[in-house]
Amino acid sequence: MRKAVTAADGTVVRKQAGRSHLQVWLERMRPYLYIAPALTFFFLFFLFPIGYVIYLSFFDWSLLNLEEMDWVGIENFTELLAEADFHQVLGNSLLYTVSTVFLGILLSFFLALWLNRSARVYGIIQAAVFSPHIISLVSIAMLWMWLMDPQYGLLNALLEMVGLPGYTWLADPKSSLMSLVLVSIWKSVGYNTIVFIAGLQSIPRDIYEAAELDHSPWWRTLTRLTIPMLSPTLFFLLVINTVSSFQVFDTIYVMTQGGPVNSTNMLVFYIYEQGMDFYNGGAASAASVILLVLVGILTLLHFRVMGKRVHYQ
Amino acid sequence: MGKVGKQAWKTIEWLLLIGVGLVFVFPFLWMFITAFKTMPEVYQFPPSWWPNSWQFENFRIAWSSGPFLTYVWNSLIVALGTLVLQFLIGVPAAYSFARYRFKGRNMLFGLSLIALMIPSQVIFLPVYVQMSHWGLVDTLWALILPFGASAFGIFLLRQAFMQVPDEVIEAARLDNASEWKIMWTIMVPLAKPVLVTFGLFSFIYHWNDYFWPLIMTNSDTVRTLPIGISMLKAAEGGKQWNVIMAGNMILVFPILIVFFFAQRHIINAFVYQSK
Repeated sequence: MRKAVTAADGTVVRKQAGRSHLQVWLERMRPYLYIAPALTFFFLFFLFPIGYVIYLSFFDWSLLNLEEMDWVGIENFTELLAEADFHQVLGNSLLYTVSTVFLGILLSFFLALWLNRSARVYGIIQAAVFSPHIISLVSIAMLWMWLMDPQYGLLNALLEMVGLPGYTWLADPKSSLMSLVLVSIWKSVGYNTIVFIAGLQSIPRDIYEAAELDHSPWWRTLTRLTIPMLSPTLFFLLVINTVSSFQVFDTIYVMTQGGPVNSTNMLVFYIYEQGMDFYNGGAASAASVILLVLVGILTLLHFRVMGKRVHYQ
Repeated sequence: MGKVGKQAWKTIEWLLLIGVGLVFVFPFLWMFITAFKTMPEVYQFPPSWWPNSWQFENFRIAWSSGPFLTYVWNSLIVALGTLVLQFLIGVPAAYSFARYRFKGRNMLFGLSLIALMIPSQVIFLPVYVQMSHWGLVDTLWALILPFGASAFGIFLLRQAFMQVPDEVIEAARLDNASEWKIMWTIMVPLAKPVLVTFGLFSFIYHWNDYFWPLIMTNSDTVRTLPIGISMLKAAEGGKQWNVIMAGNMILVFPILIVFFFAQRHIINAFVYQSK
């Protein structure tokens, strides 16, 4: 049977039934009419804003008075890139992203290797590790702020119990960024672990049986078989985690407000601060464009590599 | 390895499993414990592991510190309203992408996938400016409309619709059912598992969302629960942790309870994108 899905088929059938030209035309337009609402929304809330923010980044403007916009060319970018504060913001974002992604993926990889078993207890632990992923970041931020309270927090109480001195956590610029990294890893490690486990389970069993027959030692099976076979999963997680690290905002806003001394100020918070608090639309939109370019590069890379698949079979 | 050695390993593994479980579960338990303590007990060091007396009062204080009924109501309207809109817009789009061949289909589908990859944090500023031109800032519309078309939802539904055998649709067409009717009364019921999956994902995402309502609202009548909860911190000077934790429980525990009963469904909903 021919594919029943083509609009052309339907059109022909109905034309014979004696329909008017308008109806025939509507029939032909049907696929477009069905996607039109979705495309309208995508245009209004994704495509147009992307273009609009690029446009806005060439103007000096503020949310206080949107009628008054002065063309300044690339001045917003040159000023931004010359600013020491913004250098720090970029540095923080980079350090935060690299730490979160690297430590988070490493940790969840080992958790996945360990927890990928069928006994009930492993399923329960998987669910427990996953649970923070579905909780509002605002609650996670406040909960960890309380846990990290330097004087009365649980973490320092536990450190004291085992005879260690209390830690400064969010209160010291030296430890604040890493404290946020810790919270982020705690929230996301369960997601990564489950994705890894799904990846592990998609590796055909007979390859492992063959390796076993060859008396391949476990570390060789791991490095020559498991890791290469997991490379699409690994790549997916690298992209997803990097993009979501660039987006970090809620924990900063609730826990540190970018401080102490700018030590946890990162891109989205910077954009928010410039745009909504300091009414410096130019700097905010220029920083948005920089973030957009970073996310865009990662997305393109993602699609290209996903198209090719990462590993060989 | 001897039998004793094996036994020892098993014990160590169990201890490690419990340890890992506690790292992720105990913070929530600590939220619960703190929420019932008195102020002096909160500021006791080293802390007590269980409340001396159960202070249900903390919940009343948290609840009455702002118009929380309005916040909960707004959260529900936003989460459910978004879901309904995503459903109404997503079903026809997914049906079209799945069952018709037309010029530009792949290009348009690729275009919608871009929306899947661009986080709202990247474009909130221009959307805010748009919203203020339209006079929608500080309304519930500003919280719902930008998420009206979900690329993820369309993607999921398209997969489900593609799996429906051609014969089913052929049979309906022979019965002279209109395309519109086939879509809503035959295809949608067949895609029920995917709709549940997506519904859970979308509801939890918007129930939890803090960033977007923070940007788009500034008056109590349109604020959602996460914003109300975060204001407890500001209102109480960041000090009354028992009241703050009690407030957070209102936000967190409904989700944890649903998660407890529908673990697999929810995990699948959130991990689907990886497959």
